Amino acid sequence: MKLGFKHEWIETNIGLMVVITMLAISVAGMVEIIPLFFIKGTVENVAGPRPYTPLELRGRDIYQDNGCFYCHSQMIRPFRDEELRYGHYSLAAESQYDHPFLWGSERTGPDLARIGGKYSNAWHVQHLIDPRSVVSQSIMPGFPWLATTPLDMSDIGARMKALRDVGVPYALTKQEYEADVKKFGPELAKQYYIPDAQQSMIEQANANDYDGRKNGPITEMDAVVAYLQGLGNQVDWNKVNENQLVKDR
Amino acid sequence: MSQNPSQQSQQAVQTTGHVWDGDLQEFNNPLPTWWVYTFFATIIFAIGYWLIYPAWPIGNTYTRGFDTITYVDKAGQKVTSHWNTRALLMEDMNKATAFQKPFFDKVMATPYEQIAKDPELENFVMATGHSLFENNCASCHQTGGQGLVGHYPNLTDDDWLYGGHYAQIAYTITDGRHGYMPTFGEVLEPAQIDDLANYVASLSGIPADPAKVAAGKHLFHSDTAGCFYCHGEQATGRHVIGAPNLTDQIWLWADVPAHRTAQGKIEAIRKVIYNGVNKGVMPAWGDRLSPVDIKVLTFYVHNLGGGQ
Repeated sequence: MKLGFKHEWIETNIGLMVVITMLAISVAGMVEIIPLFFIKGTVENVAGPRPYTPLELRGRDIYQDNGCFYCHSQMIRPFRDEELRYGHYSLAAESQYDHPFLWGSERTGPDLARIGGKYSNAWHVQHLIDPRSVVSQSIMPGFPWLATTPLDMSDIGARMKALRDVGVPYALTKQEYEADVKKFGPELAKQYYIPDAQQSMIEQANANDYDGRKNGPITEMDAVVAYLQGLGNQVDWNKVNENQLVKDR
Repeated sequence: MSQNPSQQSQQAVQTTGHVWDGDLQEFNNPLPTWWVYTFFATIIFAIGYWLIYPAWPIGNTYTRGFDTITYVDKAGQKVTSHWNTRALLMEDMNKATAFQKPFFDKVMATPYEQIAKDPELENFVMATGHSLFENNCASCHQTGGQGLVGHYPNLTDDDWLYGGHYAQIAYTITDGRHGYMPTFGEVLEPAQIDDLANYVASLSGIPADPAKVAAGKHLFHSDTAGCFYCHGEQATGRHVIGAPNLTDQIWLWADVPAHRTAQGKIEAIRKVIYNGVNKGVMPAWGDRLSPVDIKVLTFYVHNLGGGQ
């Protein structure tokens, strides 16, 4: 070029090339990502989204362990066909307590962002044990061991502490607990109190009939079904200002 | 491009100065003119894109772009927004709604009994109902609504747990159901449960032990077991609480048809009496589906063959 710049300078100097390449990629990445931390409405201001209860959290971990997200997305895009099939498009606010989020990128199976409450607990149990016994054309593998594997509850405190470190409002102190009571109400705040987490898990599993055995042994099935039944039904859409959601983008 | 090395050297093209294996050189040709102009064209295109669509972040906001989308919101207000995919969806839904509204309005305005008298309307309701059913109901009740013995009721027969009239079906869809039968294994002696199983089998014409049938019949109508509280004096069930008719040879929880021998059939019934039923949960759809969707589904389910 005429400015006295010669691309040979870069091409014959690998150190310079590495530095400039990294600079170009970082700048592009930063321009795309950093403004999102400051732009109002990136995470929509809607009521409803809450952190997972300890039992749901373990269910989420098992969901990840088993790679459910390889085939099931949790991200309903703002298209008419998706709205008709799955429901309201997903909001960033609904993933605000997910670390990492499980949006996924492939739909070999259907999207699960709004699966909560769509089917009965018994359906989920039957379907996870033997998918083709309820959906004959399904290609999903069975996960029968979930129903027989006792749920490991020993490290739930550590799991919650790790999430607390990245900003999920699980409470370690009485002060944080009080803040949760204000924000999420006493029942949920009790669930988010880390020192009592194991007890909360046992209580939630026993009070509900997730794996079809009330007061029976607490299995991984309890946790996974509890997690699935809480997906995507936390926002009351009648109270959401749709026009604001449009403005936010 | 496919020139041989001697031709290339004659054109006196610059090289990068690298030589491998004595004669392999790297040429330093200028970029083709068409490529350079295309490159500049993409830059100009990008500038146009920035002007039209949301693009550059500035502080806690960003440039919205000049393009706008106007849609009608739920309250009926016209809203104009900068171009974005959510506004695009609203516009898209508006178009579809405008197209479907005359049909849906007609569905809402027409009593159930009259829908079938208008073939065009019936076709619309059945087609819409089919896609709604496949998306929401078929996972349990199966694609054709035939259900699964042991899990989910058949919707194509005329046997209804909670009643097969339009209003009853609509209620079931809107508010959901929870079928429940106590576990008698903890209450009754094994011999008593065996007697009851024989009696219930005999109601459907399954060959059973007459002595046990007689004992079971007595137990069925006694306060000890109290079966008749829910299933009725005639064992024909009660729609109000979803207690099934035990005399119609239609089975939901006990997988009687799967067994060939009378003994196997009776054993299947015995198991249900022993364990009770607690997983008969139909979710409530009132919050998920619109009133017109529920009306369409009600008509569709009623029309599957068993409506009363």
